[in-house]
Amino acid sequence: MDIVKKATREGYGDALVKWADEFPDMVVLDADLAGSTKTGQFKKAHPERFVDCGVAEADMTGIAAGLATTGKIPVISSFAVFATGRNYDQIRNSVAYPRLNVKIGGTHAGVTVGEDGASHQALEDIALMRALPGMTVISPADYAESIVAVKAALEHNGPVYMRFGRAAVPVVTDKLPGYKFELGKGSIIKEGKDVSIFATGILVAAAIDAAEMLKDAGIDAEIINIATIKPLDRELVVNSARKTGMVVTAEEHSIIGGLGSAVCEALSEDAPTKVYRIGVRDEFGESGSAGDLIKKYGFDGQGVYETVRKFLGK
Amino acid sequence: MTELELKKTAVKVRRGIIEGVYGAQAGHPGGSLSAADILTYLYFAEMKNLDPKDPKKKDRDRFVLSKGHAAPGLYAALANRGYFPVEDLKTLRHLGSYLQGHPNMNEVPGVDMSTGSLGQGISAAVGMAVAGKMDNASYRVYTMTGDGELQEGQLWEAAMFAGAHELDNLCVIVDNNNYQIDGAISEVCSPYPIDKKFEAFNFHVINIDGHDFSQMEKAFNEARETKGKPTAIIAKTTKGKDISYMEGQAGWHGKAPNKEQYDIAMQDLDKVEQAIG
Repeated sequence: MDIVKKATREGYGDALVKWADEFPDMVVLDADLAGSTKTGQFKKAHPERFVDCGVAEADMTGIAAGLATTGKIPVISSFAVFATGRNYDQIRNSVAYPRLNVKIGGTHAGVTVGEDGASHQALEDIALMRALPGMTVISPADYAESIVAVKAALEHNGPVYMRFGRAAVPVVTDKLPGYKFELGKGSIIKEGKDVSIFATGILVAAAIDAAEMLKDAGIDAEIINIATIKPLDRELVVNSARKTGMVVTAEEHSIIGGLGSAVCEALSEDAPTKVYRIGVRDEFGESGSAGDLIKKYGFDGQGVYETVRKFLGK
Repeated sequence: MTELELKKTAVKVRRGIIEGVYGAQAGHPGGSLSAADILTYLYFAEMKNLDPKDPKKKDRDRFVLSKGHAAPGLYAALANRGYFPVEDLKTLRHLGSYLQGHPNMNEVPGVDMSTGSLGQGISAAVGMAVAGKMDNASYRVYTMTGDGELQEGQLWEAAMFAGAHELDNLCVIVDNNNYQIDGAISEVCSPYPIDKKFEAFNFHVINIDGHDFSQMEKAFNEARETKGKPTAIIAKTTKGKDISYMEGQAGWHGKAPNKEQYDIAMQDLDKVEQAIG
Protein backbone atom coordinates (compact mmCIF):
# COMPACT_ATOMS: atom_id res chain seq x y z
CA MET A 1 0.00 0.00 0.00
CA ASP A 2 1.33 3.41 -0.93
CA ILE A 3 1.69 5.68 2.05
CA VAL A 4 0.76 9.28 1.31
CA LYS A 5 2.64 11.83 3.38
CA LYS A 6 1.15 15.23 4.13
CA ALA A 7 1.57 17.77 6.93
CA THR A 8 -1.29 18.26 9.37
CA ARG A 9 -0.97 22.03 8.84
CA GLU A 10 -2.00 21.35 5.24
CA GLY A 11 -5.10 19.70 6.63
CA TYR A 12 -5.75 22.77 8.76
CA GLY A 13 -5.45 25.13 5.79
CA ASP A 14 -7.58 22.94 3.53
CA ALA A 15 -10.19 22.43 6.24
CA LEU A 16 -10.68 26.16 6.77
CA VAL A 17 -11.48 26.56 3.08
CA LYS A 18 -13.52 23.37 2.95
CA TRP A 19 -15.80 24.32 5.85
CA ALA A 20 -16.01 28.05 5.07
CA ASP A 21 -19.49 27.89 3.54
CA GLU A 22 -20.84 25.67 6.27
CA PHE A 23 -19.69 28.15 8.93
CA PRO A 24 -20.41 31.60 7.52
CA ASP A 25 -19.56 33.25 10.86
CA MET A 26 -16.03 31.88 10.75
CA VAL A 27 -13.33 34.57 10.57
CA VAL A 28 -9.68 33.57 10.20
CA LEU A 29 -6.94 35.64 11.80
CA ASP A 30 -3.22 35.32 11.40
CA ALA A 31 -0.14 37.10 12.70
CA ASP A 32 1.99 37.46 9.59
CA LEU A 33 2.45 33.73 9.02
CA ALA A 34 -0.40 33.00 6.62
CA GLY A 35 1.95 31.26 4.20
CA SER A 36 3.39 28.97 6.85
CA THR A 37 0.23 28.24 8.82
CA LYS A 38 -1.63 27.61 5.54
CA THR A 39 -4.38 30.14 6.31
CA GLY A 40 -3.27 31.93 3.15
CA GLN A 41 -5.64 29.75 1.16
CA PHE A 42 -8.58 30.96 3.21
CA LYS A 43 -7.36 34.54 2.79
CA LYS A 44 -7.39 34.04 -0.98
CA ALA A 45 -10.82 32.41 -1.03
CA HIS A 46 -12.52 34.70 1.52
CA PRO A 47 -10.55 37.94 1.89
CA GLU A 48 -13.51 39.66 3.58
CA ARG A 49 -13.39 37.09 6.38
CA PHE A 50 -9.64 37.17 6.90
CA VAL A 51 -7.75 39.50 9.24
CA ASP A 52 -3.98 39.75 9.21
CA CYS A 53 -3.06 41.27 12.57
CA GLY A 54 0.61 41.67 11.80
CA VAL A 55 3.22 40.36 14.20
CA ALA A 56 1.03 40.91 17.25
CA GLU A 57 -0.20 37.64 18.72
CA ALA A 58 -1.49 39.20 21.92
CA ASP A 59 -3.59 41.72 20.01
CA MET A 60 -4.77 39.01 17.59
CA THR A 61 -6.08 36.99 20.51
CA GLY A 62 -7.91 39.98 21.97
CA ILE A 63 -9.38 40.91 18.58
CA ALA A 64 -10.63 37.34 18.26
CA ALA A 65 -12.26 37.61 21.69
CA GLY A 66 -14.00 40.81 20.63
CA LEU A 67 -15.18 39.22 17.37
CA ALA A 68 -16.53 36.24 19.31
CA THR A 69 -18.66 38.50 21.53
CA THR A 70 -20.58 39.50 18.39
CA GLY A 71 -21.27 35.91 17.31
CA LYS A 72 -18.35 35.37 14.95
CA ILE A 73 -16.29 32.19 15.15
CA PRO A 74 -12.74 33.51 15.05
CA VAL A 75 -9.90 31.12 14.28
CA ILE A 76 -6.47 32.50 15.25
CA SER A 77 -3.33 31.08 13.78
CA SER A 78 0.37 31.13 14.40
CA PHE A 79 3.19 28.76 15.20
CA ALA A 80 2.09 26.73 18.22
CA VAL A 81 4.79 28.33 20.34
CA PHE A 82 3.40 31.82 19.67
CA ALA A 83 -0.27 30.80 19.44
CA THR A 84 -0.28 29.55 23.03
CA GLY A 85 2.79 30.97 24.75
CA ARG A 86 3.25 34.52 23.51
CA ASN A 87 -0.43 35.17 24.21
CA TYR A 88 -1.05 32.88 27.15
CA ASP A 89 -2.49 35.57 29.41
CA GLN A 90 -4.72 36.79 26.58
CA ILE A 91 -6.06 33.27 26.00
CA ARG A 92 -6.54 32.82 29.73
CA ASN A 93 -8.27 36.09 30.54
CA SER A 94 -9.87 37.22 27.29
CA VAL A 95 -10.88 33.83 25.84
CA ALA A 96 -11.04 31.00 28.38
CA TYR A 97 -12.39 32.90 31.39
CA PRO A 98 -15.25 34.50 29.41
CA ARG A 99 -15.74 31.14 27.61
CA LEU A 100 -15.61 32.82 24.21
CA ASN A 101 -15.97 30.79 21.06
CA VAL A 102 -12.43 31.26 19.78
CA LYS A 103 -10.49 28.53 17.97
CA ILE A 104 -6.72 28.53 18.26
CA GLY A 105 -4.74 26.91 15.47
CA GLY A 106 -1.14 26.25 16.46
CA THR A 107 0.96 24.97 13.58
CA HIS A 108 4.63 23.92 13.60
CA ALA A 109 4.18 22.20 16.96
CA GLY A 110 6.86 19.98 18.41
CA VAL A 111 10.44 19.36 17.34
CA THR A 112 9.55 18.71 13.70
CA VAL A 113 9.42 22.44 13.02
CA GLY A 114 13.04 21.46 12.53
CA GLU A 115 15.80 23.84 11.54
CA ASP A 116 14.34 26.90 13.33
CA GLY A 117 15.36 25.29 16.61
CA ALA A 118 14.26 25.47 20.21
CA SER A 119 12.82 29.01 20.15
CA HIS A 120 10.21 27.85 17.64
CA GLN A 121 9.57 24.30 18.88
CA ALA A 122 6.44 24.22 21.03
CA LEU A 123 6.85 21.39 23.54
CA GLU A 124 4.64 22.71 26.32
CA ASP A 125 1.65 24.06 24.39
CA ILE A 126 -0.60 21.12 25.29
CA ALA A 127 0.29 21.57 28.96
CA LEU A 128 -0.52 25.28 28.86
CA MET A 129 -3.85 24.85 27.10
CA ARG A 130 -4.88 21.76 29.05
CA ALA A 131 -4.63 23.65 32.34
CA LEU A 132 -7.23 26.22 31.28
CA PRO A 133 -10.80 25.55 32.46
CA GLY A 134 -13.18 24.92 29.56
CA MET A 135 -10.45 24.61 26.94
CA THR A 136 -10.72 21.68 24.54
CA VAL A 137 -7.40 20.40 23.21
CA ILE A 138 -7.11 18.42 20.00
CA SER A 139 -4.05 17.01 18.31
CA PRO A 140 -4.89 15.30 15.00
CA ALA A 141 -2.78 12.37 13.87
CA ASP A 142 -2.63 13.20 10.20
CA TYR A 143 -3.93 15.22 7.29
CA ALA A 144 -7.25 13.39 7.02
CA GLU A 145 -7.99 13.65 10.71
CA SER A 146 -7.10 17.34 10.68
CA ILE A 147 -9.86 18.01 8.16
CA VAL A 148 -12.58 16.42 10.28
CA ALA A 149 -11.16 17.63 13.60
CA VAL A 150 -11.33 21.25 12.44
CA LYS A 151 -14.98 20.76 11.56
CA ALA A 152 -15.69 19.29 14.99
CA ALA A 153 -13.90 22.24 16.60
CA LEU A 154 -16.04 24.67 14.62
CA GLU A 155 -19.21 22.84 15.64
CA HIS A 156 -18.22 22.97 19.32
CA ASN A 157 -19.32 26.12 21.15
CA GLY A 158 -16.32 27.13 23.26
CA PRO A 159 -12.58 27.64 23.03
CA VAL A 160 -10.58 24.92 21.29
CA TYR A 161 -6.84 24.55 20.84
CA MET A 162 -5.92 22.69 17.66
CA ARG A 163 -2.36 21.41 17.29
CA PHE A 164 -0.75 20.87 13.91
CA GLY A 165 2.71 20.05 12.61
CA ARG A 166 4.96 21.32 9.86
CA ALA A 167 6.45 18.10 8.57
CA ALA A 168 4.79 15.74 6.11
CA VAL A 169 3.68 12.63 7.98
CA PRO A 170 1.92 9.43 6.82
CA VAL A 171 -1.83 9.69 6.29
CA VAL A 172 -3.24 6.72 8.16
CA THR A 173 -6.66 7.45 9.62
CA ASP A 174 -8.52 7.45 6.29
CA LYS A 175 -7.59 3.79 5.81
CA LEU A 176 -8.86 2.57 9.16
CA PRO A 177 -12.02 0.52 8.96
CA GLY A 178 -14.88 2.05 10.94
CA TYR A 179 -12.86 5.13 11.88
CA LYS A 180 -14.86 8.22 12.80
CA PHE A 181 -13.58 11.34 14.50
CA GLU A 182 -15.56 12.37 17.53
CA LEU A 183 -14.55 15.20 19.85
CA GLY A 184 -13.60 13.79 23.26
CA LYS A 185 -13.25 10.23 21.99
CA GLY A 186 -10.14 8.21 21.35
CA SER A 187 -10.08 5.51 18.72
CA ILE A 188 -8.67 2.01 18.91
CA ILE A 189 -6.56 1.46 15.82
CA LYS A 190 -5.47 -2.04 16.71
CA GLU A 191 -6.52 -4.18 19.61
CA GLY A 192 -3.88 -5.98 21.65
CA LYS A 193 -3.32 -7.59 25.04
CA ASP A 194 0.27 -6.97 26.16
CA VAL A 195 0.62 -3.20 26.26
CA SER A 196 -1.54 -0.15 25.52
CA ILE A 197 0.12 2.54 23.44
CA PHE A 198 -1.76 5.83 23.64
CA ALA A 199 -0.41 8.09 20.91
CA THR A 200 -1.28 11.53 19.61
CA GLY A 201 -0.24 13.62 16.61
CA ILE A 202 2.56 12.26 14.47
CA LEU A 203 3.31 9.55 17.04
CA VAL A 204 0.17 7.70 15.92
CA ALA A 205 1.74 6.64 12.64
CA ALA A 206 4.93 5.74 14.51
CA ALA A 207 2.95 3.60 16.96
CA ILE A 208 1.25 1.78 14.09
CA ASP A 209 4.67 1.01 12.58
CA ALA A 210 5.99 -0.08 15.96
CA ALA A 211 3.05 -2.44 16.45
CA GLU A 212 4.09 -4.39 13.35
CA MET A 213 7.63 -4.77 14.64
CA LEU A 214 6.44 -5.63 18.14
CA LYS A 215 4.29 -8.37 16.70
CA ASP A 216 7.37 -9.99 15.24
CA ALA A 217 8.94 -9.83 18.69
CA GLY A 218 5.91 -11.58 20.16
CA ILE A 219 4.37 -8.47 21.71
CA ASP A 220 0.70 -7.80 21.03
CA ALA A 221 0.29 -4.04 21.39
CA GLU A 222 -3.00 -2.17 21.54
CA ILE A 223 -2.73 1.08 19.60
CA ILE A 224 -5.02 3.93 20.52
CA ASN A 225 -5.17 7.33 18.86
CA ILE A 226 -5.93 10.06 21.38
CA ALA A 227 -6.83 12.97 19.11
CA THR A 228 -8.68 14.85 21.84
CA ILE A 229 -6.35 15.30 24.78
CA LYS A 230 -8.90 17.32 26.71
CA PRO A 231 -11.48 16.18 27.58
CA LEU A 232 -9.65 12.86 27.73
CA ASP A 233 -11.53 9.70 26.78
CA ARG A 234 -11.11 8.39 30.30
CA GLU A 235 -13.22 5.30 29.87
CA LEU A 236 -11.22 4.12 26.88
CA VAL A 237 -7.91 4.80 28.62
CA VAL A 238 -8.89 3.04 31.83
CA ASN A 239 -10.44 0.03 30.10
CA SER A 240 -7.45 -0.53 27.88
CA ALA A 241 -5.00 -0.16 30.79
CA ARG A 242 -6.99 -2.66 32.85
CA LYS A 243 -6.89 -5.11 29.99
CA THR A 244 -3.16 -4.91 29.17
CA GLY A 245 -1.72 -3.83 32.52
CA MET A 246 1.10 -1.87 30.86
CA VAL A 247 0.83 1.59 29.31
CA VAL A 248 3.01 3.68 27.01
CA THR A 249 2.09 7.21 25.98
CA ALA A 250 3.63 8.81 22.90
CA GLU A 251 3.60 12.47 21.93
CA GLU A 252 5.75 15.10 20.26
CA HIS A 253 5.64 17.22 23.42
CA SER A 254 7.26 17.47 26.81
CA ILE A 255 6.55 14.51 29.05
CA ILE A 256 5.37 17.14 31.53
CA GLY A 257 1.78 18.26 31.18
CA GLY A 258 0.81 16.66 27.90
CA LEU A 259 -0.88 13.41 26.91
CA GLY A 260 1.41 11.39 29.20
CA SER A 261 0.38 13.47 32.18
CA ALA A 262 -3.30 13.34 31.27
CA VAL A 263 -3.20 9.54 31.01
CA CYS A 264 -1.27 9.21 34.28
CA GLU A 265 -3.75 11.47 36.06
CA ALA A 266 -6.68 9.33 34.92
CA LEU A 267 -4.98 6.02 35.65
CA SER A 268 -3.64 7.00 39.06
CA GLU A 269 -7.21 7.66 40.16
CA ASP A 270 -9.07 4.84 38.45
CA ALA A 271 -6.63 2.08 37.51
CA PRO A 272 -3.05 2.50 38.77
CA THR A 273 -0.86 1.11 36.03
CA LYS A 274 2.82 1.29 35.19
CA VAL A 275 3.29 3.96 32.50
CA TYR A 276 6.20 4.98 30.31
CA ARG A 277 5.90 8.38 28.65
CA ILE A 278 7.52 8.82 25.25
CA GLY A 279 8.14 12.52 24.64
CA VAL A 280 10.79 15.15 25.16
CA ARG A 281 12.34 14.79 28.63
CA ASP A 282 12.21 18.19 30.38
CA GLU A 283 14.51 19.90 27.89
CA PHE A 284 14.40 22.25 24.92
CA GLY A 285 14.73 21.02 21.37
CA GLU A 286 17.43 21.96 18.85
CA SER A 287 17.94 22.70 15.17
CA GLY A 288 18.05 19.89 12.68
CA SER A 289 16.01 18.37 9.90
CA ALA A 290 12.64 16.98 10.96
CA GLY A 291 13.83 13.50 10.00
CA ASP A 292 16.98 13.73 12.11
CA LEU A 293 15.06 15.11 15.09
CA ILE A 294 12.43 12.35 14.84
CA LYS A 295 15.26 9.82 15.02
CA LYS A 296 17.03 11.61 17.85
CA TYR A 297 13.93 11.66 20.05
CA GLY A 298 12.76 8.19 19.05
CA PHE A 299 9.54 9.47 17.48
CA ASP A 300 9.52 6.99 14.58
CA GLY A 301 8.37 3.38 14.46
CA GLN A 302 11.81 2.09 15.35
CA GLY A 303 12.11 4.44 18.31
CA VAL A 304 8.71 3.54 19.72
CA TYR A 305 9.42 -0.15 19.14
CA GLU A 306 12.70 -0.03 21.05
CA THR A 307 11.25 1.96 23.91
CA VAL A 308 8.29 -0.38 24.32
CA ARG A 309 10.50 -3.49 24.30
CA LYS A 310 12.81 -1.97 26.90
CA PHE A 311 9.84 -0.93 29.04
CA LEU A 312 8.31 -4.41 28.90
CA GLY A 313 11.68 -6.06 29.43
CA LYS A 314 11.12 -8.30 26.43
CA MET B 1 -30.23 63.91 29.82
CA THR B 2 -29.39 67.51 30.78
CA GLU B 3 -26.05 68.49 32.26
CA LEU B 4 -27.73 68.97 35.64
CA GLU B 5 -29.21 65.48 35.51
CA LEU B 6 -25.86 64.04 34.46
CA LYS B 7 -24.17 65.73 37.41
CA LYS B 8 -26.76 64.32 39.81
CA THR B 9 -26.41 60.86 38.28
CA ALA B 10 -22.64 61.01 38.62
CA VAL B 11 -23.06 61.61 42.37
CA LYS B 12 -25.23 58.47 42.54
CA VAL B 13 -22.56 56.55 40.66
CA ARG B 14 -19.92 57.78 43.11
CA ARG B 15 -22.11 56.75 46.04
CA GLY B 16 -22.37 53.31 44.46
CA ILE B 17 -18.59 53.11 44.16
CA ILE B 18 -18.16 53.95 47.85
CA GLU B 19 -20.90 51.49 48.88
CA GLY B 20 -19.23 48.78 46.81
CA VAL B 21 -15.66 49.13 48.01
CA TYR B 22 -16.79 49.78 51.59
CA GLY B 23 -18.97 46.65 51.53
CA ALA B 24 -16.15 44.64 50.03
CA GLN B 25 -13.45 46.18 52.21
CA ALA B 26 -11.41 45.89 49.03
CA GLY B 27 -11.37 47.17 45.48
CA HIS B 28 -10.25 50.23 43.57
CA PRO B 29 -11.99 53.49 44.51
CA GLY B 30 -9.43 55.99 43.15
CA GLY B 31 -9.62 55.03 39.48
CA SER B 32 -13.35 54.36 39.68
CA LEU B 33 -14.05 57.84 41.00
CA SER B 34 -11.83 59.45 38.35
CA ALA B 35 -13.78 57.60 35.67
CA ALA B 36 -17.24 58.14 37.19
CA ASP B 37 -18.22 61.20 35.13
CA ILE B 38 -17.14 59.63 31.85
CA LEU B 39 -18.93 56.37 32.68
CA THR B 40 -22.03 58.39 33.53
CA TYR B 41 -21.87 60.28 30.26
CA LEU B 42 -21.36 57.07 28.25
CA TYR B 43 -24.25 55.15 29.81
CA PHE B 44 -26.71 58.04 30.22
CA ALA B 45 -26.01 60.24 27.20
CA GLU B 46 -23.66 58.82 24.61
CA MET B 47 -24.25 55.13 23.97
CA LYS B 48 -27.16 54.22 21.68
CA ASN B 49 -29.61 51.32 21.61
CA LEU B 50 -28.97 50.29 25.19
CA ASP B 51 -31.75 48.28 26.76
CA PRO B 52 -31.22 47.07 30.33
CA LYS B 53 -33.95 44.48 29.71
CA ASP B 54 -32.09 43.15 26.68
CA PRO B 55 -28.41 43.65 27.54
CA LYS B 56 -27.14 41.62 24.58
CA LYS B 57 -29.15 43.52 21.97
CA LYS B 58 -27.38 43.08 18.66
CA ASP B 59 -27.18 46.67 17.48
CA ARG B 60 -26.24 48.21 20.85
CA ASP B 61 -23.21 50.40 21.26
CA ARG B 62 -20.58 48.52 23.20
CA PHE B 63 -18.27 49.45 26.04
CA VAL B 64 -15.16 47.62 27.19
CA LEU B 65 -13.61 48.66 30.48
CA SER B 66 -10.00 47.91 29.61
CA LYS B 67 -8.99 49.22 33.04
CA GLY B 68 -11.01 46.41 34.57
CA HIS B 69 -10.09 47.32 38.14
CA ALA B 70 -12.50 50.26 37.86
CA ALA B 71 -15.26 47.64 38.06
CA PRO B 72 -16.93 49.42 41.02
CA GLY B 73 -17.43 52.43 38.72
CA LEU B 74 -18.79 50.35 35.86
CA TYR B 75 -21.11 48.40 38.16
CA ALA B 76 -22.40 51.60 39.76
CA ALA B 77 -23.14 53.08 36.33
CA LEU B 78 -24.87 49.89 35.12
CA ALA B 79 -26.93 49.55 38.30
CA ASN B 80 -28.11 53.15 38.12
CA ARG B 81 -28.91 52.64 34.43
CA GLY B 82 -31.23 49.79 35.45
CA TYR B 83 -29.28 46.66 34.54
CA PHE B 84 -29.46 45.29 38.10
CA PRO B 85 -30.47 46.54 41.56
CA VAL B 86 -28.35 49.34 43.03
CA GLU B 87 -28.69 47.50 46.35
CA ASP B 88 -26.57 44.66 44.94
CA LEU B 89 -23.52 46.94 44.75
CA LYS B 90 -22.95 46.15 48.41
CA THR B 91 -22.22 42.52 47.48
CA LEU B 92 -19.20 43.55 45.40
CA ARG B 93 -16.34 41.05 45.77
CA HIS B 94 -18.29 38.91 48.25
CA LEU B 95 -18.14 35.13 47.92
CA GLY B 96 -20.97 34.02 45.66
CA SER B 97 -21.77 37.51 44.33
CA TYR B 98 -22.09 38.04 40.60
CA LEU B 99 -20.23 41.32 41.10
CA GLN B 100 -16.75 39.88 40.82
CA GLY B 101 -13.65 41.93 41.59
CA HIS B 102 -13.16 42.45 37.88
CA PRO B 103 -15.93 42.49 35.25
CA ASN B 104 -17.27 39.13 34.08
CA MET B 105 -19.44 39.36 30.96
CA ASN B 106 -21.15 36.06 31.70
CA GLU B 107 -22.30 37.10 35.15
CA VAL B 108 -23.08 40.81 35.07
CA PRO B 109 -25.89 42.12 32.84
CA GLY B 110 -24.58 44.95 30.68
CA VAL B 111 -20.90 44.01 30.82
CA ASP B 112 -19.81 43.56 27.21
CA MET B 113 -16.40 42.03 27.87
CA SER B 114 -14.57 40.39 30.75
CA THR B 115 -11.48 42.36 31.65
CA GLY B 116 -8.93 42.67 34.40
CA SER B 117 -5.57 41.90 32.84
CA LEU B 118 -4.44 45.32 31.62
CA GLY B 119 -3.95 46.06 27.94
CA GLN B 120 -6.38 43.38 26.80
CA GLY B 121 -9.73 45.14 26.76
CA ILE B 122 -8.71 47.52 24.03
CA SER B 123 -7.93 44.58 21.72
CA ALA B 124 -11.37 43.11 22.38
CA ALA B 125 -12.90 46.50 21.59
CA VAL B 126 -10.92 46.53 18.33
CA GLY B 127 -12.34 43.07 17.58
CA MET B 128 -15.87 44.33 18.13
CA ALA B 129 -15.17 47.29 15.85
CA VAL B 130 -13.79 44.93 13.18
CA ALA B 131 -16.97 42.84 13.44
CA GLY B 132 -19.03 46.01 13.08
CA LYS B 133 -17.19 46.90 9.88
CA MET B 134 -17.53 43.35 8.50
CA ASP B 135 -21.26 43.35 9.13
CA ASN B 136 -21.87 46.99 8.11
CA ALA B 137 -23.38 47.41 11.56
CA SER B 138 -24.20 50.85 12.90
CA TYR B 139 -23.03 50.34 16.46
CA ARG B 140 -20.03 52.13 17.92
CA VAL B 141 -17.47 50.69 20.30
CA TYR B 142 -16.07 52.53 23.31
CA THR B 143 -13.23 51.45 25.52
CA MET B 144 -11.62 53.09 28.52
CA THR B 145 -8.00 52.54 29.45
CA GLY B 146 -6.07 53.78 32.42
CA ASP B 147 -3.01 55.96 31.98
CA GLY B 148 -0.81 53.46 33.82
CA GLU B 149 -2.27 50.89 31.43
CA LEU B 150 -0.58 52.74 28.58
CA GLN B 151 2.60 51.01 29.75
CA GLU B 152 1.23 47.69 28.47
CA GLY B 153 2.67 46.80 25.06
CA GLN B 154 -0.51 45.13 23.86
CA LEU B 155 -2.36 48.44 24.08
CA TRP B 156 -0.10 49.83 21.37
CA GLU B 157 -0.47 46.70 19.24
CA ALA B 158 -4.20 47.36 19.36
CA ALA B 159 -3.76 51.07 18.69
CA MET B 160 -1.54 50.32 15.68
CA PHE B 161 -4.18 47.95 14.29
CA ALA B 162 -7.05 50.38 14.90
CA GLY B 163 -5.20 53.23 13.21
CA ALA B 164 -4.01 51.10 10.29
CA HIS B 165 -7.52 49.74 9.71
CA GLU B 166 -9.18 53.15 10.02
CA LEU B 167 -11.63 51.95 12.64
CA ASP B 168 -13.72 55.12 12.92
CA ASN B 169 -16.38 53.19 14.85
CA LEU B 170 -13.93 52.91 17.75
CA CYS B 171 -13.42 55.47 20.49
CA VAL B 172 -10.68 55.01 23.07
CA ILE B 173 -10.95 57.05 26.25
CA VAL B 174 -7.85 57.44 28.40
CA ASP B 175 -8.66 58.09 32.05
CA ASN B 176 -5.64 60.29 32.67
CA ASN B 177 -5.75 60.58 36.45
CA ASN B 178 -1.96 60.66 36.61
CA TYR B 179 -1.50 57.96 39.24
CA GLN B 180 -0.87 54.23 39.27
CA ILE B 181 -0.36 51.94 42.25
CA ASP B 182 3.33 52.70 42.67
CA GLY B 183 2.92 56.48 42.36
CA ALA B 184 2.70 59.22 39.72
CA ILE B 185 2.77 57.78 36.20
CA SER B 186 5.43 60.30 35.23
CA GLU B 187 7.71 58.94 37.93
CA VAL B 188 7.03 55.22 37.46
CA CYS B 189 7.38 55.13 33.65
CA SER B 190 6.02 58.18 31.92
CA PRO B 191 3.60 57.60 29.03
CA TYR B 192 3.58 61.33 28.23
CA PRO B 193 2.94 62.86 25.76
CA ILE B 194 -0.17 60.69 25.48
CA ASP B 195 -1.90 62.70 22.75
CA LYS B 196 1.17 62.73 20.50
CA LYS B 197 1.52 58.98 20.87
CA PHE B 198 -2.05 58.31 19.74
CA GLU B 199 -1.65 60.83 16.91
CA ALA B 200 1.40 58.90 15.76
CA PHE B 201 -0.76 55.76 15.68
CA ASN B 202 -3.16 57.52 13.29
CA PHE B 203 -5.85 58.42 15.80
CA HIS B 204 -7.90 61.56 15.84
CA VAL B 205 -7.06 62.93 19.29
CA ILE B 206 -9.12 65.18 21.54
CA ASN B 207 -7.95 66.47 24.93
CA ILE B 208 -10.67 67.21 27.48
CA ASP B 209 -11.38 67.71 31.15
CA GLY B 210 -12.85 64.35 32.12
CA HIS B 211 -15.15 65.94 34.68
CA ASP B 212 -16.74 68.48 32.33
CA PHE B 213 -19.90 67.15 30.68
CA SER B 214 -20.10 69.87 28.04
CA GLN B 215 -16.55 69.09 26.92
CA MET B 216 -17.49 65.39 26.80
CA GLU B 217 -20.52 66.12 24.64
CA LYS B 218 -18.43 68.09 22.18
CA ALA B 219 -15.66 65.47 22.09
CA PHE B 220 -17.93 62.45 21.65
CA ASN B 221 -19.87 64.25 18.90
CA GLU B 222 -16.59 65.05 17.17
CA ALA B 223 -15.53 61.39 17.50
CA ARG B 224 -18.80 60.27 15.95
CA GLU B 225 -18.30 62.60 13.01
CA THR B 226 -14.66 61.65 12.44
CA LYS B 227 -14.34 59.35 9.46
CA GLY B 228 -11.40 57.17 8.48
CA LYS B 229 -9.74 57.29 11.89
CA PRO B 230 -10.41 55.98 15.36
CA THR B 231 -10.66 58.66 18.04
CA ALA B 232 -8.73 58.86 21.29
CA ILE B 233 -10.19 61.12 23.95
CA ILE B 234 -7.53 61.97 26.51
CA ALA B 235 -9.53 62.85 29.61
CA LYS B 236 -7.63 64.71 32.28
CA THR B 237 -9.16 63.52 35.56
CA THR B 238 -8.60 63.60 39.29
CA LYS B 239 -7.95 60.29 41.00
CA GLY B 240 -10.43 59.84 43.86
CA LYS B 241 -12.52 62.75 42.49
CA ASP B 242 -14.97 64.35 44.96
CA ILE B 243 -13.81 62.40 48.01
CA SER B 244 -11.77 64.92 49.99
CA TYR B 245 -9.12 62.63 51.39
CA MET B 246 -8.78 60.47 48.26
CA GLU B 247 -8.21 63.16 45.62
CA GLY B 248 -4.82 62.88 43.96
CA GLN B 249 -3.65 60.14 46.31
CA ALA B 250 -2.03 57.06 44.75
CA GLY B 251 -2.58 55.35 48.09
CA TRP B 252 -6.32 55.17 47.31
CA HIS B 253 -5.75 53.22 44.09
CA GLY B 254 -6.69 49.92 45.67
CA LYS B 255 -7.79 50.48 49.23
CA ALA B 256 -11.20 50.51 50.90
CA PRO B 257 -12.42 53.15 53.36
CA ASN B 258 -13.14 52.25 57.00
CA LYS B 259 -16.42 53.25 58.68
CA GLU B 260 -15.23 56.73 59.60
CA GLN B 261 -13.84 57.30 56.11
CA TYR B 262 -17.04 55.94 54.60
CA ASP B 263 -19.07 58.53 56.54
CA ILE B 264 -16.76 61.36 55.43
CA ALA B 265 -17.01 60.16 51.81
CA MET B 266 -20.80 60.21 51.92
CA GLN B 267 -20.75 63.68 53.52
CA ASP B 268 -18.40 64.84 50.75
CA LEU B 269 -20.89 63.58 48.19
CA ASP B 270 -23.76 65.27 50.05
CA LYS B 271 -21.90 68.56 49.65
CA VAL B 272 -21.32 67.94 45.94
CA GLU B 273 -25.00 67.19 45.52
CA GLN B 274 -26.03 70.34 47.38
CA ALA B 275 -23.66 72.43 45.28
CA ILE B 276 -25.29 71.10 42.09
CA GLY B 277 -28.62 72.37 43.39
